[in-house]
Amino acid sequence: MPYRPMPELATPRAPQRGLLHRQGNADMYAWLFMRVSGVLLVVLIFGHLFVNLVSGRGIQAIDFAFVAGKWANPLWQLWDLIMLWLAMAHGTNGVRTIINDYAERPGARLGFKIVLYGSAALVVILGTLVIFTFNPCPPSSPADLLPSFCNG
Amino acid sequence: MPERPAGTLYRGREGMWSWLAHRVTGFLIFFFLLVHVLDTSLVRISPETYNSIIGSYKNPVMGLAEAGLVAAVVFHAFNGIRVILVDFWAKGPKYQRTMLWIVIGLFVVTMAGFLPRHLAHVFGGQ
Ligand code: HEM
Ligand code: HEM
Repeated sequence: MPYRPMPELATPRAPQRGLLHRQGNADMYAWLFMRVSGVLLVVLIFGHLFVNLVSGRGIQAIDFAFVAGKWANPLWQLWDLIMLWLAMAHGTNGVRTIINDYAERPGARLGFKIVLYGSAALVVILGTLVIFTFNPCPPSSPADLLPSFCNG
Repeated sequence: MPERPAGTLYRGREGMWSWLAHRVTGFLIFFFLLVHVLDTSLVRISPETYNSIIGSYKNPVMGLAEAGLVAAVVFHAFNGIRVILVDFWAKGPKYQRTMLWIVIGLFVVTMAGFLPRHLAHVFGGQ
């Protein structure tokens, strides 16, 4: 084979420029985010499953008093908050990829994505509000349903 | 313009099935999570409401569904780590198939530890 030099590209990895490529490296950041969030989610979700499903009486122990006992501790509030945001961002971005792969018609793509982003936003807002506005000792609730520290 | 998508299944071997399993589990976990946040939000309505919905989950059918969810999470997590290692570890691509067997091995070990305990909670009551 005759020797042929590689074609010269000034900066082959630079983001494409121009009006239609304003996105820059967005896809690369999404790719990186999937990996970084994945590593963190292993710890957060395995910890969540261990405490809620394996330790103690497992699933049988879960009720209002159990949740109140956890969320009385700011550490578990923060844990659940970060888990909520990371898992929803990771999952929404993953489902976006799946939509791009299977929905060919631009209209269908747009439709699915509007539903996806809309429901994701609602769930993140709802979940965040629930963590921050939670009251472990709601007034006029039967005491036997509440965590023991409410009757002190 | 082609009428039908060419399809996203390629004629790979293990790599194709692990990719498909990763996709299916990720998709399922996402929809579980949407419902999960909604039912957790019932704690803001009243202790009675939350307890009655959670109580209706405490039966063998839901117990098995929870086991399935955990299996999906465990596979997706371990295989996700493998995907990350293939991308970032210099020798990752070389060992990707070996790592798939490690993923399967760790999956079996984790589920063997989890299932007896969970099923005892579900079927044993306490
Ligand atoms: C069958 C398995 C599971 C059970 C029994 C369970 C149980 C619970 C319970 C009792 C809570 C209330 C707060 C707390 O205890 O921390 C909660 C909250 C939460 N769980 Fe799970 N969980 C399970 C699986 C998962 C999985 C797989 C994920 C992630 C994909 C997850 C993500 C969350 C999040 C983000 C919250 C906070 C919700 C909010 O902000 O309102 N859970 N879960
Ligand atoms: C437990 C820790 C997790 C790890 C280590 C992890 C890892 C990953 C990685 C590395 C990818 C990218 C795969 C690729 O680019 O080929 C990915 C994709 C994905 N993940 Fe996760 N993930 C985790 C949890 C979750 C959770 C909780 C959800 C759902 C809420 C989820 C849903 C998805 C989806 C839908 C995709 C896209 C699949 C595809 O494009 O085929 N993952 N995950």
